[in-house]
Amino acid sequence: MKLLLEIAFTHILGRGRQTLVSIVGVAMGVGFAIAMAALMEGGQVDFIDSLVDTMPHVQITDERRTAQLQPAEVVFEATEFRGLRPRDDPRGILNPTAATASLRSWAPGDLAANLSVSAVVRFGGAERGVSVLGVEPRDLVRVSPIEEDMTVGRFEDLGGQSSGVIVGRSLAERLGADPGDSVTITAAETISRRFKIIGVFETGVVGTDERQVYMLLKSAQVLSGRPNAVNDIRIRLNDPDIAPAVAARAEEMLGYKAVSWQEANEAIFEAFEVRNIIMYTVVGAILLVAGFGIYNIVSIITHEKSRDIAILKSLGFTQEDIRRIFLTEGVLMGGVGSVIGWVLGFWLTVALGAVTLELPGQTTEPVNLPVIYSWLHYAIATMFALSSAAVAGYLPARKAAAQNPVEIIRGAT
Amino acid sequence: MSDAGRPPLLQARDLTRVLEETVPVTLCEDVSLSVDRGELVAVTGPSGSGKSSLLYLLGLLDMPTHGEVLLNGRPTHELSEEERARARLETIGFVFQFHFLLAEFTALENIMIPMRRLHRLSPNEQTARAEEILASLGLRDHMQKRPDQLSGGQRQRVAVARALANDPPLVLADEPTGSLDTHSSEQVFEILYDLVTAQGRTVVAVTHDIEMADRMGRRIRLIDGRVVDDAKNPAFKNPAFNC
Repeated sequence: MKLLLEIAFTHILGRGRQTLVSIVGVAMGVGFAIAMAALMEGGQVDFIDSLVDTMPHVQITDERRTAQLQPAEVVFEATEFRGLRPRDDPRGILNPTAATASLRSWAPGDLAANLSVSAVVRFGGAERGVSVLGVEPRDLVRVSPIEEDMTVGRFEDLGGQSSGVIVGRSLAERLGADPGDSVTITAAETISRRFKIIGVFETGVVGTDERQVYMLLKSAQVLSGRPNAVNDIRIRLNDPDIAPAVAARAEEMLGYKAVSWQEANEAIFEAFEVRNIIMYTVVGAILLVAGFGIYNIVSIITHEKSRDIAILKSLGFTQEDIRRIFLTEGVLMGGVGSVIGWVLGFWLTVALGAVTLELPGQTTEPVNLPVIYSWLHYAIATMFALSSAAVAGYLPARKAAAQNPVEIIRGAT
Repeated sequence: MSDAGRPPLLQARDLTRVLEETVPVTLCEDVSLSVDRGELVAVTGPSGSGKSSLLYLLGLLDMPTHGEVLLNGRPTHELSEEERARARLETIGFVFQFHFLLAEFTALENIMIPMRRLHRLSPNEQTARAEEILASLGLRDHMQKRPDQLSGGQRQRVAVARALANDPPLVLADEPTGSLDTHSSEQVFEILYDLVTAQGRTVVAVTHDIEMADRMGRRIRLIDGRVVDDAKNPAFKNPAFNC
C-alpha cells in the first residue's frame, strides 16, 4: 500500500497547481459547511435553551383535548342524542388545591398555580388589551425567570400587595405610565379595579413586554369574578427532557390538557428538521461541486499517466492496484482539503460568533450570532468531502484500471 | 537445450488474436511454438506481421481469441486477472522499445517497484539487489538519477534492470534496441545475450535487426500473423545449459 501511496503522491504533486485548486475547492466546501452548521445549530440550541429557560416545562390549562362526555351520554347507551343542552361547567381547573398537591407529590420540580384573565388596562387616555396573570409570586419565581427580567422593583414585592401590578416596559411606555402610577384594569367587561404599578419587567420578547401584567392570584380571582379559580398550572422540572412523560401523566391524572414545552413548540422543531435537511443538502451540493474538481484532476492524471498504467500492469500490478492508486489520489485531495477546511471552518465560526446583531422587530436586546462548536460538524463535513472525493476518484480510477495495456503500449510506440 | 522431465518454459498452442473492430483484424493466427529454458529467441518479420502482438500474448498482457499459452506447463487462459498479474510479476520481465520508466522515480526506485510489489525481499535486500543489478549493467553512477537525466542507452539498460528485478526466468523484449544508436544497441544486445548465456534465463526478443537476430539461438519469422519459419542457429552455444 505504501508503494501505491507513493505513486499516488508523485502523480498529484506532478500536477501541483490543479491539485491545489481542487484541494482549495474541498477546503472551502468543508469550511463553509462547518461554519454553516455551527451557525444553524447554534441558533437552534440557543433558541431551545431560551425556550427551556423561559417557558414552563409543562403547562396545564383548563382545556380538554376532546369534548367531555355529557351526563346523559354516561348514563344511557344510545347511539345518538338530540336536543340535549350541554351542561355549563364553570371555567377553571376543578379542585385546584388537590390537583396541585397531587402534582407536587410526584412531579420532580417546582409548580405554580395561576389564573390567566384577559383584561383591558387604561391610563389617562390610553387603553391596551392585556393578559393578566394572577400568581403567587413566591411560586412563580421558581418556575419562571421573571425575577431576572425585573428592571424596576422586585417581583416578590407583589406578595401582600393586593392592589399592586407588575407590567412590561413596553406596555408602560405605550400607556405613558411610570412606576407608582395607578392604572385601571377591567376584566369580565364589568369589574374594574385600580392597581398601582409597583414593578416593571423587560423580557426582551416584544409580545410579552407589551401584553403581560402580573398581579396576585387573589386579586385576579376577584377581578375576574371567579373566586378560588385556577386555570393555569406551570411546572418547571429538574430535568426538562422528561417533560413529555410528566405532561402525559398529569393529563391522565387530571383530565385537563397538559402540554410539554416540546409539544408546544412542535412546529418549530419540525421547521428545524426541514432546515437541517436543507442545510445538509446544500453542504452536499457544495462538496459535490468540489468533487467535480477532483474528478477533473484525477481524470487528467489518468490520461497523462496511461503509459505508466500500462507499464505497471506489465510489471504485474493488478487492476485493483491501479484503481487504488487513483482512488487514493482522490481521497488524498479530499483528506487534505478537509483538514484545511477544518481550520477555515473553525476560523469562520469564531468570526461569525463575534458578530453582534440588533433585531428591533423581534427583541429589544442586541444579540451575538449564536454558534456552537461540535466535532460532529467536522465529522459530517469530512464524511461528505471524503465520500465526494472517493466517488470523484473512483470513476476515473475504474476507467484507468480497465484500460488495455497493449493498446496503450501500441499507441506509445 | 531441453530439461528432461520438465515442461517447456513457454508454450503457445494455436494462438489466434483477432481485433474485433468494424473490419476484424487478425493479428496472430494459429501460432504454435515452444520455448525451452536457456533459449535466446528472435521473433522477426515485416512491420504489421504480428510480432509484438505475439509477444504480448506470450507475456499474458493480452488474451488470445483462440488457443492458449502455457507457462511452465500450466495453462494460463483460465487464470484470473490477478493470477495473470502475479505470473507477470514473478515469472516474466518485460522490456519495450521505449524505456517506459516512471518519470518521477530515480533509476534505483524504478527498479525497486516490482520488488516492492512482490514483497519477496526485505527493504534492505531490495535496495541491495537493485544496486547490484544496476552495477552489473554499468549504471553504478546513475542510480539516483531520474530518467530525464539519463541517455537513451542508459534508460534502456535501466528498463532491462527493472525487468530483472524479481529474478524472472523469462524476459520478453519488444524491439529493445529499436530506439537506440548502434553503440547502445550493441550494449543492450550483449546484456540480453548475457542473461541467457551467463545467467541461464530465457529471452524472447522481437527485432527488426536481422544481424542481431542472426546472432541469437533461434529465429522465428512471422508473416501476416503466421509462423513461416522457425529455425535454430547451430552456431549459438549456451554454456549455462551446456549446449
